[in-house]
Amino acid sequence: MIDSKIPPGPLDQKWTYYKGHCKLVNPANKRKLEVIVIGTGLAGASAAASLGELGYQVKAFCFQDSPRRAHSIAAQGGINAAKNYQNDGDSVFRLFYDTIKGGDYRAREANVHRLAEVSVNIIDQCVAQGVPFAREYGGLLSNRSFGGTQVQRTFYAAGQTGQQLLIGAYQALERQVALGNVKMYSRHEMLDIVIIDGKCRGVICRNLVTGELERHFGHAVLLCSGGYGNVFYLSTNAMGSNVTAIWKAHRKGAYFGNPCFTQIHPTCIPVSGDHQSKLTLMSESLRNDGRIWVPKKKGDTRKPNEIPEDERDYYLERRYPAFGNLVPRDVASRAAKERCDAGYGVGSSKQAVYLDYAAAIIRYGKIECGKQGITNPTEEQIRTLGKQVVKEKYGNLFDMYQKITGEDPYEVPMRIYPAVHYTMGGLWVDYELMTTVPGLYALGEANFSDHGANRLGASALMQGLADGYFVIPYTIGNYLADEIRTASISTDHPAFVEAEKQVSDRINCLMSIQGKQSPESFHKRLGKIMWDKCGMARNAEGLKQAITEIQELRKEFWSDLRVTGTIHEYNPELDKANRVADFMELGELMCIDALHRNESCGGHFREESQTEDGEAKRDDANFSYVAAWEWKGDSQWQLHKEELHFEVAKPSQRSYK
Amino acid sequence: MKWSEFFTSSVGKKLVMALSGLFLISFLVVHVGINACIYADIFDDSDNGEIFNKAAHFMGAYYVIRIIEVGLFVGFFIHIIQGYVLEVKNRAKRNIGYKVPMGSKGSRWYSKSMGLLGTLILLFLVIHISHFWVPSRVTHTLEPVNYGTPTEYHNLYARMYHTFQQGWVVIVYVLGCISLAWHLLHGFQAAFRTLGVSNTKYIALARGAGAAFSIIVPLLFALMPISMYFNWVDLN
Amino acid sequence: MEHYTMNLTLKVWRQKNSQDKGRFETYEVKNISSEMSFLEMFDVLNEQLIAEGKDPIAFDHDCREGICGMCSMYINGRPHGPWQHNTVCQLHMRAYKDGDTIVVEPWRAKAFPVIKDLVVDRSAFDRIIQAGGYISVNTGNAVDANAIPIEKEKADAAFAAAACIGCGACVAACKNSSAMLFLSAKVSHLALLPQGEPERKTRVLNMVAQMDKEGFGSCTFTEACEAVCPKGISVTNISRLNKEYLVAGLTEDKR
Repeated sequence: MIDSKIPPGPLDQKWTYYKGHCKLVNPANKRKLEVIVIGTGLAGASAAASLGELGYQVKAFCFQDSPRRAHSIAAQGGINAAKNYQNDGDSVFRLFYDTIKGGDYRAREANVHRLAEVSVNIIDQCVAQGVPFAREYGGLLSNRSFGGTQVQRTFYAAGQTGQQLLIGAYQALERQVALGNVKMYSRHEMLDIVIIDGKCRGVICRNLVTGELERHFGHAVLLCSGGYGNVFYLSTNAMGSNVTAIWKAHRKGAYFGNPCFTQIHPTCIPVSGDHQSKLTLMSESLRNDGRIWVPKKKGDTRKPNEIPEDERDYYLERRYPAFGNLVPRDVASRAAKERCDAGYGVGSSKQAVYLDYAAAIIRYGKIECGKQGITNPTEEQIRTLGKQVVKEKYGNLFDMYQKITGEDPYEVPMRIYPAVHYTMGGLWVDYELMTTVPGLYALGEANFSDHGANRLGASALMQGLADGYFVIPYTIGNYLADEIRTASISTDHPAFVEAEKQVSDRINCLMSIQGKQSPESFHKRLGKIMWDKCGMARNAEGLKQAITEIQELRKEFWSDLRVTGTIHEYNPELDKANRVADFMELGELMCIDALHRNESCGGHFREESQTEDGEAKRDDANFSYVAAWEWKGDSQWQLHKEELHFEVAKPSQRSYK
Repeated sequence: MKWSEFFTSSVGKKLVMALSGLFLISFLVVHVGINACIYADIFDDSDNGEIFNKAAHFMGAYYVIRIIEVGLFVGFFIHIIQGYVLEVKNRAKRNIGYKVPMGSKGSRWYSKSMGLLGTLILLFLVIHISHFWVPSRVTHTLEPVNYGTPTEYHNLYARMYHTFQQGWVVIVYVLGCISLAWHLLHGFQAAFRTLGVSNTKYIALARGAGAAFSIIVPLLFALMPISMYFNWVDLN
Repeated sequence: MEHYTMNLTLKVWRQKNSQDKGRFETYEVKNISSEMSFLEMFDVLNEQLIAEGKDPIAFDHDCREGICGMCSMYINGRPHGPWQHNTVCQLHMRAYKDGDTIVVEPWRAKAFPVIKDLVVDRSAFDRIIQAGGYISVNTGNAVDANAIPIEKEKADAAFAAAACIGCGACVAACKNSSAMLFLSAKVSHLALLPQGEPERKTRVLNMVAQMDKEGFGSCTFTEACEAVCPKGISVTNISRLNKEYLVAGLTEDKR
């Protein structure tokens, strides 16, 4: 059994109890303790800044040219917090409950409750830092609603909430850099952790500009390196997002939790061809006003505007009359896939559905005509005014769609299709965010997280910042309090030498294959296997095939890879090869995890486990646990189970009908 | 922050340009005002520059004004030197140029050509000073004239008239005025923005006033050589 | 929208490392789809180069959705290419037609030295932020988020300035390689908010000093920066920066 170290007491008292009883490090000792932070997204930047403020000596690393580029920046919608500023009945408990339910009862209650508790502090902290959240005319903060909830608790800054929050954390980080508490290493990639006497004591990094390997000592190491959605090749993740940091930790003893839990976001711009390098998300907020449909006739080739109303199938409204177009992400994604697989898809690829704003434009237009006192408005007037309203609300998203597709979404319905967006799985961590390797922590999307099997919109930003600003500053002290007698370990220690050698050997190996195929081409092929067989719907047979195919692909990779350039220079091809090699191992584990979890829950849909009308069927009797996988050598893993106990939020079947 | 630091930062240097520029603009107002007196001849053919010569005399007769004149030269000096220093330093910030230059995409050519326009104005200024200021204040080679009073005036008007009978001089002056117009069109409003006018209403005002100023003042100046050349304003 | 394919000639700046002198090289790419993004076209070219055993072209990119600020190409005489309010990653090949020649250069500025090919070092921007581009509030010190109401117009203006993605196109476009649009966006963002008030004076003075130290030029209001800014940051922010500097420099009283 693995110990998740959940504090005693009633659920809503656990975090208070923990904070009151955890060990502390006095300021003089903090100055002697070194902490390494990998990744500078919301979790990493906020952790590095907060720990720097406390007086620890922090070293932060990112592979981008500046910590401000981390992919948290791309989050559009918003950040949840149980502030109840709208007086609509929100509370810490409701946020906790919505998150547990939204995660299909596969998250740890104590962590989620803590997340809901600190959510209110996050908003305070961010406003104090100067994050320009949207405001009402009275000067107070504005809120919007998001999927899966019945209250308005989402704080936002137009469609750039992630950017604004990250810039806030980045500025706090740069302030600590200026004060000398944090040393920043940009264009550095972590390629291994160093374990000495059973504890994580440092990392091996590659300077991506010079290609030199560097050894860095730390009393503790924080992995804040984000998610691994890029294992699917096409995803809404940034091109550089990768699994390498947490994968290296996994291979050194950190268990991997629920690797197969992947969130597929329903509203993305569809793939346009083989050249596609990434997918672009269209905010969930579009489903507030847009209607989703496909033609009733199979393989209909008419233009969308030529298809009459009664020949359109508004399948979400048909199947889920209660929630309609606003069903949670997993449900909406599967429904789109079902229609396309059945032959009703639209566009040249037939892998898309329409998101139509025509009705919303008319509706808003009529309201606007009423406001302006226009009696008997012409259709043209209604449309013009309606378009103006829609432009005000969603203009930036519509512009983005037009840039990418060249189509005018005010005139023709947008084409959308689900795409990989977020990974709920990640390194297994206990209540203190420590992995199974002492002194090694995982924060934000990099850990297996508080989102269970499905994440609600606007919760990723909340979790990243909660971990970095308000959780790790307490929990790391509990560990470091016992490390004050550990002097800095020289990086000449044999463990550092050995770890660096392993890294160097692997790089040499990659460079020496000198085959024919580029890292990119392997990545593409891996992505296709993963998407086809471990994507939105999975079955035992497909997963078994995928495992074999990935193993074969790996063999081919290690015998026919071609990496151009040399080791000691700026070489993005080598970086990529390193990452793809890790993605392949991860892909296999994801399939193994998906195969073993013979139930459907949240984003994980096993075709064998569905109700008669095609809805996901959870199996609480057999699968109410976190699957924590231990690396046992190539293609070998051992499963450890952390049983989930629901004392407050009792599991029930999710229904949106 | 020391004054020396304040004025030598990149923002401070621009501040110096803006302040000296605005000072020179205020000089232009006085200059054009006095010179416009020559147009009195259009309305009264017997004027022959009497009002103008008296006004010009006034500008040279008092110590206060002579001291201000020194200030004017200092203003020119600062504006010119600082302008060149900035131009050279700014150019050095891009050691390797682009193969395909930006050109004026997104900006106006004259905004990007202040150094060039300034140089043209400087060349013009040298000619201009040698035409009028040097004989009037240094060599005292202007013929005297009196208007029925014991006071003797320099007949600057006559000098103007004779000078502007030469076609090439008129062309040089008109070109100088055109350079000035473009220079002002950018400089006038930019000076206010450098001084921190950030309210859109006031920026619009500065732009509007700047455009009007840069058309009216150079036009009035340019019409002087032209109207003398064509004898609309003459000496009889 | 009709889709089409095209053949293009690319003239790309190649520079092995910061010491190398660098030169342009010419490449032909064929069958480029009008639906590709500009960077996807570069992906195609790079795969082609790898297949030929040549070194692929290094360029910065990450999110490919126009928000991280990493991509940075100066295309046919304009940072981020021909489209308005756009980053390279969002530029699509519809903007070109068969037979076009496209010249691609890195950002050119002394303060942005080339690392390799089209990749430049923009860490100067980080150091400018370090000089004061923040509000000094340690985690846990904050009052309730609604304790200080902020005029909506000011909050909106602060947001508009904060939308800067730090890509450096303003510097690349400016004839003086000035970083004033970047700097002024940050100074405006923080000066417009009551939370930024306590450090208002030191912030602007220190940030300007750092900008000068990094070797950026000064602003002459040519407005080329605003024209190429992917986020449409307004030059009005530069006026505001000047005001902040003037007030701070004249009234600040220390040392």
